[in-house]
Amino acid sequence: MTGLVALAGPAGAADLAAARMQMALSLGWHIVLACFGVGMPALLLSAEWRAIRTGDDALLRLARQWAKVAGVLFAVGAVSGTILSFEMGLLWPGLMGTYGQVIGLPFALEGIAFFVEAIFIGAYLYAWDRLPPRVHLLSGVPVLVAGVASAFFVVTANAWMNQPVGFVMENGRVTQVAPWRAMFNPATPPQTLHMIVAAFMVAGFGTASVYAVAMLRGRRDRYHRLGFMIPFTMAAVFAPIQIFLGDYAAKFLAERQPTKLAAAEGLFRTGPNAPLSLGGFVADGRLRYAVEIPSGLSLLVGHSPSTVVQGLDRVPVADRPPVTPVHLAFDTMVGMGSLLFLLAAWYAFAWWRRRDLPRSRWFLRFAALSGVAAVLALETGWIVTEVGRQPWVVYGRLRTLDAVNPAPGLWAGAVIVALVYVFLTVATVYVLRRMAGAPREQEPAPRAAAYAPQEPE
Amino acid sequence: MDAAQVLLVVMWVGVTLYALLAGADFGGGIWDLLAGRSRAGMPQRRLIEHSIGPVWEANHVWLIFVIVVLWTGFPPVFAAVMSTLYIPLTLAALGIIARGAAFAFRKASTELWQQRLFGAAFATSSVLTPFFLGAVAGAVASGRVPPGLAAGDLLRSWLNPTSLLGGVLAVAVCAYLAAVYLCDDAVRAGSPELAGRFRHRALATGLVVGAVALGGISVIRWDAPRLFDGLTHRALALVVAGAVLGLLSLVLLWRRHYLSVRVTAALAVAAVVWGWPLAQYPVMLHPSLTVDEAAAVPAVLHATLLVLAVGALLVLPSMAWLFVLQRRSLHDPGAHG
Repeated sequence: MTGLVALAGPAGAADLAAARMQMALSLGWHIVLACFGVGMPALLLSAEWRAIRTGDDALLRLARQWAKVAGVLFAVGAVSGTILSFEMGLLWPGLMGTYGQVIGLPFALEGIAFFVEAIFIGAYLYAWDRLPPRVHLLSGVPVLVAGVASAFFVVTANAWMNQPVGFVMENGRVTQVAPWRAMFNPATPPQTLHMIVAAFMVAGFGTASVYAVAMLRGRRDRYHRLGFMIPFTMAAVFAPIQIFLGDYAAKFLAERQPTKLAAAEGLFRTGPNAPLSLGGFVADGRLRYAVEIPSGLSLLVGHSPSTVVQGLDRVPVADRPPVTPVHLAFDTMVGMGSLLFLLAAWYAFAWWRRRDLPRSRWFLRFAALSGVAAVLALETGWIVTEVGRQPWVVYGRLRTLDAVNPAPGLWAGAVIVALVYVFLTVATVYVLRRMAGAPREQEPAPRAAAYAPQEPE
Repeated sequence: MDAAQVLLVVMWVGVTLYALLAGADFGGGIWDLLAGRSRAGMPQRRLIEHSIGPVWEANHVWLIFVIVVLWTGFPPVFAAVMSTLYIPLTLAALGIIARGAAFAFRKASTELWQQRLFGAAFATSSVLTPFFLGAVAGAVASGRVPPGLAAGDLLRSWLNPTSLLGGVLAVAVCAYLAAVYLCDDAVRAGSPELAGRFRHRALATGLVVGAVALGGISVIRWDAPRLFDGLTHRALALVVAGAVLGLLSLVLLWRRHYLSVRVTAALAVAAVVWGWPLAQYPVMLHPSLTVDEAAAVPAVLHATLLVLAVGALLVLPSMAWLFVLQRRSLHDPGAHG
């Protein structure tokens, strides 16, 4: 250990890169788990609620199965979230030492929401056979509410990094902090709404994917059909809403963070008739090999070709984010979102015509991929948000380079953490795969036991 | 008391609860490690799993709570501690990952070799995590974390006698608390034989904790004189109370008063946990960063206290309900897989 630190030498650009990689990995990993934490309680509760009303055995088995999966995902999400709170200080003490008090409030609120979630998920999982069904169902409601609330709170903190308000800077110290104003900053509505809806889509499409695969393999019984339809319907309802919210978020960027939008679109020149560019990469200070829709961006931002859209030429080169990754991530996010919307529309059309799933096997094939597409859209969306804000960690206020821990040897930590995440991923996938196969035959839900009136103690 | 002091007290309540609840949780992992061969140790492991099953996820929250209150209320302290002590804190974080994941995976896995693998990861990280957290406490208490970003020595700040003492004491306390709690749980689960085993272990680890603490006095006197001075003057009453309660706990254990020893053991640990801040108050980081200088602006302190008060109204009744639910279910272990 001594040798490692000594070899590493003083902190430098490599340490900044390592810290950013470690943060990106931890956050990118946690976000997927967090999405299931937000979305799965809704699935669980709807399945259990219908099971109680109808006595449908398949629904009850689904609810039990999802509860087990939610338990594993919540546990892994809890530890990966704990790590993030460490990393805020281990990696970015320059941010937290100065601004910790400005963005502390939403994290305190998030902590409370997480606490409520942990308590009730513990009770919910533990008390399947120990509470009357309706009380048990009710014990799951706080899990749903707290999950959505924690997503909201934690994203407000990120929104503040994009729109830092609610404080005054004097001699390098923040003064006159208005914590509620910092929390409810201008970026809060577009970012939180976009993220919460994304979470429901990831959980819905992600869960539906599993059953789509099973149905493609010929398991089309009631259990699998319901297992597909409940989450897919939830995600399909949110897909069109997300298109509107994405547009809202982009218009917000045009007004408040034009540099980020310019990077996302690969737009270098300020002016009217700004094109919508798909694909391509940056070379020699311009976007090459992109498919351009003339005036597309101006139309989207201001509903008129004459709308002036700010390009990267308005900011010094040193203050520009890396354009190629942000642009490609943005295109991927929009592309995946649009495909998921089309898939949802297909499903809705078939349901409207015949009250049934689309008959084409292609529908199930696409549905089987929808979970991956939703996760891809989620991750690329965060790349746009985070990388698009660079080189600032607090937009216009604090550079990422000034926030990083100046201690040497951060890269060694990053490598170890990366290895741990690889192991964690393998183990999680393995356990979930086993759970997917195991329980159906072994332990049919003891319906009689669970739903008999319980004796008071 | 001003808002900064109130917030400091609230944060320390979080530290105490983390020590008492997560401590027992870590200790459960240590006893899991020492439970013996796969099959012979199965009843013990099942009891441990059953006891900590419903509460362990909530224990993360105490740690997150303390971290968040620290960075919100006392941001320079947070930045200095996290940046200087990033090595032991990263190792503790890795332990937390391994532990949480392994516990959940072991529960979900069915084959013996998997249960052993995850069980080993769970148990090992149950030892390492409290050790590193104790070492971090020793680093701050012995004044080796100066204000500023990574301003302290990255290695000697936590590789020193007081940190080592902190680490060993933390592990021993965790094992002791867990053994004490498990005695009562074993009786409730209808296994006086297991209760007897954990009683022996509680007595043994209680003696170890006492010996380490006694020996620690001379270590602190030599290695961290300022802390020693605080502990023997301002915090003396708490130190003495901790010792008396510790002895009382051993007597109660000897006489098999399992329920009351839970209380005295927890109070003994709490007395020691509160002795430290009392000994060094008002300095948060040596040599001179005080609570007032480190504290956030009043608007932040007030908003945070308000939020925490509302949060307590939500959380405490829920928590109480969960404990009631869990205790009730201890009557029929095995009804749930």
